[in-house]
Amino acid sequence: MLFFSYFKEIVGREVVVELKNDLAIRGTLRSVDQYLNIKLENTRVVDQDKYPHMMSVRNCFIRGSVVRYVQLPPDGVDIELLHDATRREARGG
Amino acid sequence: MSWAGPEDIFLSTSLATYLDKKLLVLLRDGRKLLGTLRSFDQFANAVLEGTCERLIVGDLYSDIPLGLYVIRGENVVLIGEVDLEKEDLPPHMTRVSTAEIRTAQKAEREAADLKGSMRKRMEFLDMD
Repeated sequence: MLFFSYFKEIVGREVVVELKNDLAIRGTLRSVDQYLNIKLENTRVVDQDKYPHMMSVRNCFIRGSVVRYVQLPPDGVDIELLHDATRREARGG
Repeated sequence: MSWAGPEDIFLSTSLATYLDKKLLVLLRDGRKLLGTLRSFDQFANAVLEGTCERLIVGDLYSDIPLGLYVIRGENVVLIGEVDLEKEDLPPHMTRVSTAEIRTAQKAEREAADLKGSMRKRMEFLDMD
């Protein structure tokens, strides 16, 4: 639940989602759910030339199971807060 | 992803906002399907109506009509809303017939095979 909560905190920020098939998409995080499925808005594929079929896609849904990384905004993590939340969760909430 | 109430549906991760819209579905095997979303569930299983598969080889592309498709959710990578105003691919890409795209596909596959076999033959040189 921790990462779900964390991602909910950064809704509205710009992220880059890298998928397991190496496709990387930059966009504004619109929403996230318990499976870490992600919805992005105003998407741009990082390597446009390699993926021409993605040109017409502005909003998308990404299945959580195919995500490799989510690159966060540099100031998007409050390490202290995450640290505390991790310990709280490890103790059983 | 769930059946959200009408008030928060636009903020949820539910695919409900994509119902009856033209979508691009990217599958795990790299296939690209275009169609209208008619139904879905929490696994991203989806029903697409008027589905076409878009084949792209270099600067050529072709849409192969397939019909009504039920896609098992585990194969879905991404579901993108197609912007109808700028639906087209980059201007340098050309639409060709099914036969032509199949020929181009075959040529590309043969080129890749040849490259592989050349490399195999050169392996004794131990290049890195």
